[in-house]
Amino acid sequence: MAPPANRRPGHSRRAQYGLFLGYVVAVAGMIVAVLLLVIAIIDPRGFAAIKGAALDATTPASSGGRSIVGVLRGAGDGISNYFRAGSQNGRLQRELAAARRELVKAHAAQAENRRLLRLLHLGQTAQDEVTVARIVGSSFDSPRRFATLSAGRSSGVRIGQPVRSPDGLIGRVLETGQWAARVLLITDGASSVPVRSVRDGTPALAAGRGDGTIELRTLEVGANPFRRGDILVTSGIGGIFPPNIPVATVTGHDGDTAIARPLAEPARADFAIVQPVYQPAAGGSLDLAAPQPVAPPIVGPPAAAGPARATPANRQQDPRYQPALQQQPAAATPTQAPPQ
Amino acid sequence: MSRIIHSQADLAMRDLRLRYIPVVSTGLAIFLTLLPFIPSAPLLPDFGFLMLITWRLLRPEIWTARMALGLGLLSDLVAGHPLGQAMLLWTATFLVFDLVDARLGFRDYWMDWLIAAAALILHAAGAWYIALMMGSDVDFRVMLPQIGLSILAYPIATQIVVSLDRRRLGG
Repeated sequence: MAPPANRRPGHSRRAQYGLFLGYVVAVAGMIVAVLLLVIAIIDPRGFAAIKGAALDATTPASSGGRSIVGVLRGAGDGISNYFRAGSQNGRLQRELAAARRELVKAHAAQAENRRLLRLLHLGQTAQDEVTVARIVGSSFDSPRRFATLSAGRSSGVRIGQPVRSPDGLIGRVLETGQWAARVLLITDGASSVPVRSVRDGTPALAAGRGDGTIELRTLEVGANPFRRGDILVTSGIGGIFPPNIPVATVTGHDGDTAIARPLAEPARADFAIVQPVYQPAAGGSLDLAAPQPVAPPIVGPPAAAGPARATPANRQQDPRYQPALQQQPAAATPTQAPPQ
Repeated sequence: MSRIIHSQADLAMRDLRLRYIPVVSTGLAIFLTLLPFIPSAPLLPDFGFLMLITWRLLRPEIWTARMALGLGLLSDLVAGHPLGQAMLLWTATFLVFDLVDARLGFRDYWMDWLIAAAALILHAAGAWYIALMMGSDVDFRVMLPQIGLSILAYPIATQIVVSLDRRRLGG
């Protein structure tokens, strides 16, 4: 039906002007909104103060509800565990046995790793935590994947810091308020984490897909090097995320790209650990970066030296000996992915 | 509740109800986004927007388009969208609804649902496009579960709004 020719609400001038003014305000408001969006796209950190204050004001509500949801979910898990107790017991025992074997291997590798680092005079960059907080909410009604963290600037949380749980990487801090912070989860479409495969050290970029999975973009073109069950850890490239935080496990392929699922599930993580930026210079300007002392040239043993375990004890005591240089892939990946 | 007004206080109460029940209920729906659910994909509807269009479709006369502007600002701040997203999308929706109302002589419940479904799809598409401009490169199919659930939630929102409206009018 065609619109009526006369849309006036009546003969009252006041009503007519009121209606007209309403449209003027609405259209002007839309123009302002577009400008705000343009500013947000050009400078995502604009309006940080306003958004931080809004975050502070709204977080207590989420924190309160979180404990209730936790109780309900715990009850659900308990009931389902009861019904699956038998099969679960067997599976857990098998997993425990496998884990014990892996643990012994990991201990050995860790000891060796420490020794090698000492030899290389590479003190590990401090990896202490900024704070431990709870994840209390998320942006469940938007295409973005954000989570709200119950700690903010007053606890030392700053924009850009990595956030992890004991299971693995969760994301990085995007906005901060005084008592709350917003975290960009690794499953968000704008998130990109440099990772490497534990099995063979293949580097890749883990980009979120927005639906809870992660896409692995390899740096080389051609056959996809990832297999199902491969575990990915952060590589430390880029300087924001510390190396060797577990990130995801490969679940399958979608065309040429490998799809992975994050190991840390923010909904189940009781605590989130905020860590300092691995190398703070990575976030600042180049002038602030302290010059790194150049390592002296390495005097290695003859190239015929075997792998580290076969090294005779007297050679292991030699401070100039660098087994890590003799067996690159194996030394870079001291642990192996569990067989599927 | 009696329809007869006994005192000035009753009158004031009645006026408050008439004016503020829609705004306050939509505001509360906006605050539902603070519920501590952390799903891995967008799944739950944008309750604020759902409530807003339900009120608008049921009672076209109570709000002008600029009301969507203010409520959109509140939604942006509470939900952590980029500032301006809900302001733009919600106000645009209201202007489109005004055009639709001018074209259609009447609407019934099924047409309301259809119009609401179109609005919900466009709203999700707009949010997705703004996320894309902000650097979040995700497939649009990610939004489909949320769109489906929102459309199915419209009758429930209508029930809630109708009962609130009955209270508002003092029935």
